[in-house]
Amino acid sequence: MAVGSRAIGLALAVLVVAALALGAGPGTARAADDDAAALYRTYCVQCHGLKGKGNGVNVRDMSVQPRDHTDPEGMGGLSDARIFKAIKEGGPAVTKSVLMPPWGGVLSDEQIHSLVRYLRTLCECQGRG
Amino acid sequence: MLRRIIPLGLLAAALCLAPGGQALADGDRAAGEKLLAARCAGCHNLTGPSPGTPAALRARKGPDLFYAGEKYRAGWITKWLQAPARIRPAGMYYGDHVKATDKWDTVDTATLAPHVKLSEDDAEAAEAALMTRKAKAALLKGVEVKPASVSLAMGDLMFDKFKGCIACHQSAPDYGGFSGPELYTAARRLTPAYLYSYMKNPQAWDPGIWMPVMPLKEADLNKLVRYLELVADAHEQEGD
Repeated sequence: MAVGSRAIGLALAVLVVAALALGAGPGTARAADDDAAALYRTYCVQCHGLKGKGNGVNVRDMSVQPRDHTDPEGMGGLSDARIFKAIKEGGPAVTKSVLMPPWGGVLSDEQIHSLVRYLRTLCECQGRG
Repeated sequence: MLRRIIPLGLLAAALCLAPGGQALADGDRAAGEKLLAARCAGCHNLTGPSPGTPAALRARKGPDLFYAGEKYRAGWITKWLQAPARIRPAGMYYGDHVKATDKWDTVDTATLAPHVKLSEDDAEAAEAALMTRKAKAALLKGVEVKPASVSLAMGDLMFDKFKGCIACHQSAPDYGGFSGPELYTAARRLTPAYLYSYMKNPQAWDPGIWMPVMPLKEADLNKLVRYLELVADAHEQEGD
């Protein structure tokens, strides 16, 4: 009986290890990619900056400064819907600069919604309306 | 009479050389494959498929080369590999090579490694092997770049103001963004059809890459291809 339960315990341990090993595979990588912070780091930091302050590596020669995502006043004046539209369709869709391109051809609606939620954590603010 | 014999002799000589030339090209490719495996595969994806996920894209050390034959102009690889000049001012994934400052993020050049340099023979062999790689033929099917009339000044306006390409790309040394490859030599290294197709839909070539799909019309694409030629001409004339 004791041997039997030890065998079951061992089998369970093997299963757990196997599940962990599988979990470290591509499935987990994809889940991590969907993490909004990783998306932000991949697509947004180039212009909005490592700290989200609108001063990314690309801004030096820009005629318009990108949005400071840490500014609660500026970000607080924007609704979630408007931010979503700006990301998906680009600056001109919300009467802003062409330097903000449309990301709808790269990111899914779900990913863009997750980015909007992530931006709210950067500004520590809620949108109007 | 003699004048007629000489061309005939030249023709005969050329015919004799032709099979040898083919053998030489095959030899180059075989040598090139060995070289690619030994010296390039560590950083470049030579077989496909595309990385696909943002994490895999960020981890990439060099551009994918499994469609090099559809991307590069003949002769460019051979030339560049002997004197490699940086194409991506902030490396493959800019996020690994920038640092925050009080003003704005800047490129941390100390983190950028130079590209390996090859001898002429090795560079030729590498090109011969790379140019056989054509994994994305479907994306070039039906692409027809048409001559477009655009001045450098008008093109600058398009690039900087109307389409916003300047945000990520440089149109002259040290003028423009850093996260994308510089474009003042693009027309020398990339075929017009590839430029057209890539600008139309970069996500089809490199899924997930941090270049968005811009709403560019056929006329815009033709003008931008022409503009990149003008930019390359200007760069060469300035001798930068």
